[in-house]
Amino acid sequence: MRSILLAVFLFALSAGFAGAVVSPDEILDDPALEARARDLSAGLRCMVCQNQSIDDSDAELARDLRVLVRERLVSGDTDAEVIEYVVSRYGEFVLLRPRLSARNVMLWGTPLIVLVGGGLLAFTALRRRSATRAVAGLSPEEEAALQKALEKRG
Amino acid sequence: MTVELGHFALVLALAMALVQSTVPLAGAQLKSLNLMRVGEPVAITGFLLILLAFGALVQGYVTSDFSILNVWENSHSAKPMLFKITGTWGNHEGSMLLWVLILAFFGALVAVFGRNLPPSLRANVIAVQGMVATAFLFFILFTSNPFTRLIPTPIEGQDLNPILQDIGLAVHPPLLYLGYVGFSISFSFAVAALIEGRIDAAWARWVRPWTLVAWAFLTGGIAMGSYWAYYELGWGGFWFWDPVENASFLPWLAGTALLHSAIVMEKRSALKIWTVLLAILTFSLSLLGTFLVRSGVLTSVHAFATDPARGVFILMILLMFIGGSLALFALRANSLTAGGLFHPISREGALVLNNLLLSTCTATVLIGTLYPLLVEAVTGEKISVGAPFFNLTFVPLAIPLLLAVPFGPLLAWKRGDLMGAAQRLQAAFAIVVVVVLAVYFWVDKASVVAALGLGLGFWLIFGAITDIAYKAGVGKAKVGVMFSRLRGLPLSVFGTAFAHAGIGVTVIGLVSVTTLETERIVLMQPTDVVEAGGYTLRFKDITPFRGPNFTEDQANFDLTGPDGRRLGEVMAAKRLYPARGMPTTEAGIRTFGFSQLYVSIGELTANGLVVHVWWKPQVTLIWLGSLVMMFGGILSLCDRRLRVGAPTRRKAAIAAAKG
Repeated sequence: MRSILLAVFLFALSAGFAGAVVSPDEILDDPALEARARDLSAGLRCMVCQNQSIDDSDAELARDLRVLVRERLVSGDTDAEVIEYVVSRYGEFVLLRPRLSARNVMLWGTPLIVLVGGGLLAFTALRRRSATRAVAGLSPEEEAALQKALEKRG
Repeated sequence: MTVELGHFALVLALAMALVQSTVPLAGAQLKSLNLMRVGEPVAITGFLLILLAFGALVQGYVTSDFSILNVWENSHSAKPMLFKITGTWGNHEGSMLLWVLILAFFGALVAVFGRNLPPSLRANVIAVQGMVATAFLFFILFTSNPFTRLIPTPIEGQDLNPILQDIGLAVHPPLLYLGYVGFSISFSFAVAALIEGRIDAAWARWVRPWTLVAWAFLTGGIAMGSYWAYYELGWGGFWFWDPVENASFLPWLAGTALLHSAIVMEKRSALKIWTVLLAILTFSLSLLGTFLVRSGVLTSVHAFATDPARGVFILMILLMFIGGSLALFALRANSLTAGGLFHPISREGALVLNNLLLSTCTATVLIGTLYPLLVEAVTGEKISVGAPFFNLTFVPLAIPLLLAVPFGPLLAWKRGDLMGAAQRLQAAFAIVVVVVLAVYFWVDKASVVAALGLGLGFWLIFGAITDIAYKAGVGKAKVGVMFSRLRGLPLSVFGTAFAHAGIGVTVIGLVSVTTLETERIVLMQPTDVVEAGGYTLRFKDITPFRGPNFTEDQANFDLTGPDGRRLGEVMAAKRLYPARGMPTTEAGIRTFGFSQLYVSIGELTANGLVVHVWWKPQVTLIWLGSLVMMFGGILSLCDRRLRVGAPTRRKAAIAAAKG
């Protein structure tokens, strides 16, 4: 949807959305290794695109990076080593899932804070209100009105 | 001439909006009925003027009047008529005009249908709506005027971006905007209530249908955009967690929360303060989305800084409305009295849980969308937040929410019986267990995740059915009684059931296609064969084709089904639009049941044609589920109690009969 929405909204569309992306000559013979390469590619950003992973982009740079990931995997790197290698060359910008670091603490922390904070807030508000209401009971005016209504019926 | 007329009408509409945002407001303060009444005719006239301006622009596009800068930039005389018309909003200026047209349309609707609202509330609502219109009309006239002339007049236009030359452009933006902007009504009601310092169940009864309308349109708009991207972009993706998508998803999440909290407020007059806050936040997120996609800030913070006119303008609008309404909220919220009491285990409690989880989802998507901008603005460093982040944070929040959905409608108001609800859901649970086991053992390649995910979808569907069955008294009452009860159920009960079942349908589609999809990438020579999902494609040939404003190379494939039956041809193409020199991919898609075979072609190399084939099981359920959700929303809207005015008229009729 990105390109369409960008086209609809931003009108600043660059090329880079042609269909078949991963070309057959890149694909590794070992299906397990290829599956790992696809998974890793989906988490790495195409540096020259709008928020696209290298798995989705047909940009030249994305292709180079896909080939690089596969080369490292073939030479026996673990997934973590491949990521580490790519980050050491291109910086953390390349990761579509930012690492948990001091800089990103607000990013990862916000969902938790909202969930726990909101939960506590809702819980205490509920408790406090039912407590005050239960103790307070009816106001004198309400009491009088009730009395009057009861007398009327009786 | 027509162009100048349109331009003039737009300026006049701004004058109307200025009157609309001040006079009724003053009237409400001075308790002058005459001043308050000014709002309605002005709102309606303002809408008609903007409609006139919009019509003038459409005419410019239809007649390919390249003396208008905007038409020259985005149109071409050889373009098919449909795309000439839809091209009107396929660009920044035109789409802002559509935005403001819809805004004025909703304002006029309140003026027409709001006759039985308390006069001061109606005046305030119309005034707030007028303020939003004023801000955006200023924006259009000063930074994004679609009526600018171009001298000398060029002979040919620059054509519309090719991927927008699709029926999707006719449907997606109008639906999306009807949703986006529709939330402005809830916002205006919330602000009006804060201005008055008074809010009651009648207020909620008023706000709910408007929220429902906006929500239903937004649901359809997002689903439509997703399907459009799916078939047009040629790699079969349907959701990318891109900031632009998130910008439309955020008001949807908050709006869904608002729908639910408004129910509590209407039925039990509890959660008042929260509902008002949510109404403000939902439209604020719509405004934020408009800022994000309109200012260019998403491309890069630096791009925003180099051409800031539009961005800064919208940012100011954003700060003014969000800041102003929240300040008003802080001042006045205390004057709103708290309403009915309830036990945590109750319908209200379930809806609070719904709101808590939906708010957390909203906050998660919001922080993920804004964080790269914040980091870059503060430290200058660039980071990326993409799909892997959202999948890791959003999905774990959505799962408990969806698991809890079937319980909500089965709990009683005030104090519910969780064990009782669980007992009623036993049958649904049993079915889900069978489904999970069946999928795990019988479906090829199904993992535990796939089985459980599909189970979640079925849980939502059968949970919704349980709700209806329980309320009709299935198993307890006689068949005849059951049917009369079923008929007697309010439409909103069916609306809830359909909306909840719709999410289930969407979940089944999402889980199937992400876990069970087959993908093949191959090089093909003529007569080569590729198989996916049991279907076999045999590559025939490539033929050139010439469209009205494009040329394409069409690759033809013979399709054979799993049983060996011939199923005709599939055609996928690469298209070139010479006016912009832009290539696009036209995927070949065949639908079997709910599943699709998706073929997309790439480069023609020396060793053959690059062909990408996907088997996408149950993929259409993703969008069909959204339609079911929309249908639920519309059913709910048709409920008598929500047809505003009906109770009053009936009461009046009864009074008249008695009198």
